[in-house]
Amino acid sequence: MQELIVRAKELLEKGEVARVLGWKKGEQEYDAEPAFFETAESLDNFVYNGFCGANLSKYMIEAGKKEGKTLVFLKPCDSYSYNQLLREHRVDREKAYIIGVGCKGKLAISKIPFDGILKVSGAQYPDAQEILTVETLYGTETIPYKDAMLERCHVCKGKDHVVYDELLGESADTVDADRFAEVERIEKMSPEEKFAYFQSELSKCIRCNACRNVCPACSCRKCVFDSTAFDSEQKANTTSFEEKMFHIIRAFHVAGRCTDCGECSRVCPQGIPLHLFNRKFIKDINALYGEYQAGSDLECPAPLTSFTTTDAEPGVGRG
Amino acid sequence: MYKISKENLNALYAAIAGGNDLFLPVKNAGQTNFGLWTESADVDIDTLKTVKSAKDIFFPQSESLYQVRRQDGKLEIQGEALREKPFVVFGIRGCDVKGMEVLDKVFLSDPVDGYYAARRQMGTIVSLACGRPETSCFCKVFGVDCAEPAGDVVTWLVGDTLYWEAKTKKGEALTEKLGNLLEKADTADVEKEKEKIHAIVERLPYSNLSLEKWGAAAADQNFDSPLWEQLYSPCLACGTCTFVCPTCQCYDIKDYTTSSGVQRYRCWDSCMYSDFTMMAHGNNRTSQMQRFRQRFMHKLAYFPANNNGMFSCVGCGRCVDKCPSHLNIVKVIKAFEKEGQ
Repeated sequence: MQELIVRAKELLEKGEVARVLGWKKGEQEYDAEPAFFETAESLDNFVYNGFCGANLSKYMIEAGKKEGKTLVFLKPCDSYSYNQLLREHRVDREKAYIIGVGCKGKLAISKIPFDGILKVSGAQYPDAQEILTVETLYGTETIPYKDAMLERCHVCKGKDHVVYDELLGESADTVDADRFAEVERIEKMSPEEKFAYFQSELSKCIRCNACRNVCPACSCRKCVFDSTAFDSEQKANTTSFEEKMFHIIRAFHVAGRCTDCGECSRVCPQGIPLHLFNRKFIKDINALYGEYQAGSDLECPAPLTSFTTTDAEPGVGRG
Repeated sequence: MYKISKENLNALYAAIAGGNDLFLPVKNAGQTNFGLWTESADVDIDTLKTVKSAKDIFFPQSESLYQVRRQDGKLEIQGEALREKPFVVFGIRGCDVKGMEVLDKVFLSDPVDGYYAARRQMGTIVSLACGRPETSCFCKVFGVDCAEPAGDVVTWLVGDTLYWEAKTKKGEALTEKLGNLLEKADTADVEKEKEKIHAIVERLPYSNLSLEKWGAAAADQNFDSPLWEQLYSPCLACGTCTFVCPTCQCYDIKDYTTSSGVQRYRCWDSCMYSDFTMMAHGNNRTSQMQRFRQRFMHKLAYFPANNNGMFSCVGCGRCVDKCPSHLNIVKVIKAFEKEGQ
């Protein structure tokens, strides 16, 4: 972590960047928050540990409107989101200095199943331990690092950054699950089982919009679901709409652009596995148009916005 | 005081549910929220905090207020019936009971909200003491004793026994109805439990937050603080904090066109949203910093200014647990506390 602070201070003091976008120490080590640092002194509160899961790429839309360059720390998976935003002309590459930072898998405090957690040791970067020691109000516990990892890290896209100005720190291989296993499990369900499954999950939705607001692919200046001009807002319709429409519409809208960063599922207060919708689209796109990873490069034609006469037309012929 | 063993709780729920609707913490798809009891419900009174509070039993996230129908060239207005069926909320924690007090100030003050008032009148609250408070809890700061919550009936889960004590007439009536399901108990175990809980509360990291910088006077003092600009910046402008909060009470009212008329709804709103309090002239809060500030100023300055010093945060800590960016009222209180030093 120290090397990140040293480098950030250097760039700030040299005037090469006007501010730093990173993570700030919270009240506990597991509640670091995304933050802009404007001065070298303020960087003393900079933190980078296993709990810095927040993907900072979307904050670069706003940062791009400010004077001067912003130094941003991007983890390998965050760099896909940034690249996708670049492709959509939502961020200004000229106004970003990107340090690709190493990642050894990110943790979620909600995955540590102990009451009264006071302190988690072993999440420090780069010296992350295989076993986390968790001090609680009710005694000391241990849990393997991997068991406390975010779902997305179990199916990590890889250790390489797709966009950066310089790299700092090592990454670890965290993959121990098949990315599409859960999608396949659901595909095998009968229509009735599928409906029951999604209804049970989505009935928990409280329409807080956290999934949408954190999503780097949801970068419309004005979302149709915030429009007061006509009934699309659907604020009052709290059950049937969420269960049947909101999340499906959102998944359609980000299809082909979603990098599978997993932020939607990370932030959902009700623990809804929202990434599964997006991953179903990704799986189908791979099957119909060839392997495609949104955000991986700026040139490759996007499957859902490029037409060729040999395109599969899955909607045709179903009667 | 009475008691019942934990393994007989299903019989207790069934008895309460006879003639009443019974709402209690129910697990669905891995998460615990208040829901209607049925024989097949996966009741979960061990989870300390439901994701949402019990607020929406009294103040639903969405409710119809009235319908207007067009018939034979005339308009017919039909109001929604007020709640007439009694119900019981079981397992509500001390912070959330205090949250009801806050809501009462808003909805039961003149002009009284009839929908809410009817539910309050029909509802009996059975609270549950917190055997294992969480790191994010800070109810003590707002004068809540989680070892002895308010309510019509207070219960304590000690080991495999639930202790039961009626505190009001409503509570006594409910207790009477349960007849011999409950057996008489002495208070020794409960007293010991309370001591144990108090000792844990003392060890909670946020139990001793200072509210010195807050209260009615803060409305002027803190409004223009440069701290807001620093505090708000990671805010995603989602409504998680407001929707999991037991005291956030702002709502929107909307009309929907149906095939034969209009339906008027009211639904929870969030001061974090860009269209909050949108009026014909536009919005009086135009930046996210202003919206963010509004939420904390409302809880810690404006509400006490209008309600004899009563804060409208109860320290349940749900926003602490659930904010996607790890912003919360604790960080706000602490930032202002440090500012003056």
